[in-house]
Amino acid sequence: MRTVRSALIFLICSLIALMFSSSDALAMHISEGILPFNWAALWFAVAAPFVAFGLYSLTKRSAMELSFKPLVGLLAAAVFIISCMPIPVPTAGTCSHPCGTGMSAILLGPSISVLVAAVALLIQALFLAHGGLSTWGANIVSMGVIGSFVGYFTFRVLRSARINMSVSGFMAGLFADWATYAATAAILASGIKGDAPFMPIFWKIVISFIPTQLPLGILEGAITAGMIALLQKRRPDLLVKMQVIRQEEAGI
Amino acid sequence: MKETFFCLLLAAYCLLPAVVLAADKWTGVDESVVEKYAKEHGREAVRPLIDIEHGDLPLFLFLVAGAVGGFAGGYYWRKLTESSEANKKDKNL
Repeated sequence: MRTVRSALIFLICSLIALMFSSSDALAMHISEGILPFNWAALWFAVAAPFVAFGLYSLTKRSAMELSFKPLVGLLAAAVFIISCMPIPVPTAGTCSHPCGTGMSAILLGPSISVLVAAVALLIQALFLAHGGLSTWGANIVSMGVIGSFVGYFTFRVLRSARINMSVSGFMAGLFADWATYAATAAILASGIKGDAPFMPIFWKIVISFIPTQLPLGILEGAITAGMIALLQKRRPDLLVKMQVIRQEEAGI
Repeated sequence: MKETFFCLLLAAYCLLPAVVLAADKWTGVDESVVEKYAKEHGREAVRPLIDIEHGDLPLFLFLVAGAVGGFAGGYYWRKLTESSEANKKDKNL
């Protein structure tokens, strides 16, 4: 049974890899050299405290909870794969990717999710020509910081309003994705505008993202809800420890 | 009725790519949005520090990245679920 499961996992991984392999590196983050130096430096400065706090939280929490490191490993792998997998959107005729940071923020907390995103983005920028080293800070801010915090707070607000777990997860994934691309539009518009006004460029970029990201946000919502439902089924105790659900909801 | 609607939706989703592929599309939003607007405002993407655009190298690297990422995900998932099963067994003993 275990061998079959391993073979199945390998097959799925190979299919995923084949799906996003192409002759051109299909990067959906802000590419190398797009942002002027001063803007790139600013986004590095904004991202740095979040990454540092993520590192501090990871050290602290993994010392307290033994299951925490495997969960971080699982979500780091998931965020890495999800955020460099170009998915064709038939209605738009383009490719883009979900981010996975909404899911990781719900399960690990937003600060550690920023760290996970930063590591994934660094590996992608270095070895897959996906994003860039000079735009690493900007990409951390949009995908890591904005995606994680929006996903986390959406989930928390909906849960405190006693909305169903899967619906809350879905909405968190959806808003995390849309917020990430809205932030990318804002970062890009501010970096390239020069002397031109910010808002017209920002809206132009947002409108161009909509045909692709609207359906992909829904997909990201489904992935997030699915992952939370799966963990609730297999490791409800872990979700209680991560304060995702209450003890009485876990049924343990 | 519902089933018919979903079947039609699925068929449309499956057929649309063929139509769009014929027009040679499927560029990433990096090209169609990010780089397009950046170019309009005088900014262009530069070659990455480690340039992988040589023959089948991107294919190989993305395949390796997918396999390694998938292996790591599977490994940690198994670790998480195994420790839960071990806990249950300990409680039963």
